[in-house]
Amino acid sequence: MAPETKHLEVTLDTHVESVNLAEEMCVRVAEAAGFNEDECYRIGMSVREGVINAFHYGNQEKPEKKIHLAIELTDERMVIHVMDEGKGFRLNDVPDPLAEENLLSTSGRGIFLMKAFMDEFDVVPGRTGGAEIVMAKRLPLLGSPSSNGNGNASNSGAAPQQGA
Amino acid sequence: MASLFATTREFSGIAIVDLSGRISLGDGSALLRKTVRDLLEEGKTRIVLNLGDVNYIDSSGIGELVSGFTAVRNRGGELKLLNLTKKVNDLLQLTKLFTVFEVYNEESTAVGSFK
Repeated sequence: MAPETKHLEVTLDTHVESVNLAEEMCVRVAEAAGFNEDECYRIGMSVREGVINAFHYGNQEKPEKKIHLAIELTDERMVIHVMDEGKGFRLNDVPDPLAEENLLSTSGRGIFLMKAFMDEFDVVPGRTGGAEIVMAKRLPLLGSPSSNGNGNASNSGAAPQQGA
Repeated sequence: MASLFATTREFSGIAIVDLSGRISLGDGSALLRKTVRDLLEEGKTRIVLNLGDVNYIDSSGIGELVSGFTAVRNRGGELKLLNLTKKVNDLLQLTKLFTVFEVYNEESTAVGSFK
């Protein structure tokens, strides 16, 4: 049988509440996909940081701009895309928060946390004109203690639009 | 509903802030910022943040901890952390902030550590 990809896409307002909404949504999908509590926490935190990045740096908190969140669930991975409508950025230009001179910085740890918590992470030019964060987590093996065998959380094929 | 609650008490001239909930972007970070700023305005520069009931912190919350640490230090004081949960502990390890903050597991030890 051909592998099935489930896809969920939402458009969020540039608002603090969108950060919580995106996190909750992705954690629910991750739980249903069989990730254990620790992995759900890491996925939720990564999505949170991605949307904070879009909210603050990408869209510069401008309410007329949108944040686009997409989740793909395949047999092997959960892939999350966070797109903003800003100017984009290059990963190489992001300062290292672990460098001695940056330890007391009050910002700049979001990208680092996403990289640390996800299996794959990249930033590419997005179709919405800004940056697109793409991050992925391998699904737990079927039959493993962390798997609940239920991967039916997302809206198959549909792409509903939801404002926050 | 508020994501973070803060209660301040005083012991031997040291302000101990008991925090519970989430220190994250929005209300949580804002409350932590206001709490530390209010203490500084009252002239209290020896502060312990009790994070025993803080079950979640994001990069914004981490930034606010660092901001508080710096603000207190700039006034010649000290801000120390008490009772980290595993998640907060792991995040401070990951971000190397364990090398910045003084962290204690016992309140008496934290209080006694002030000069």
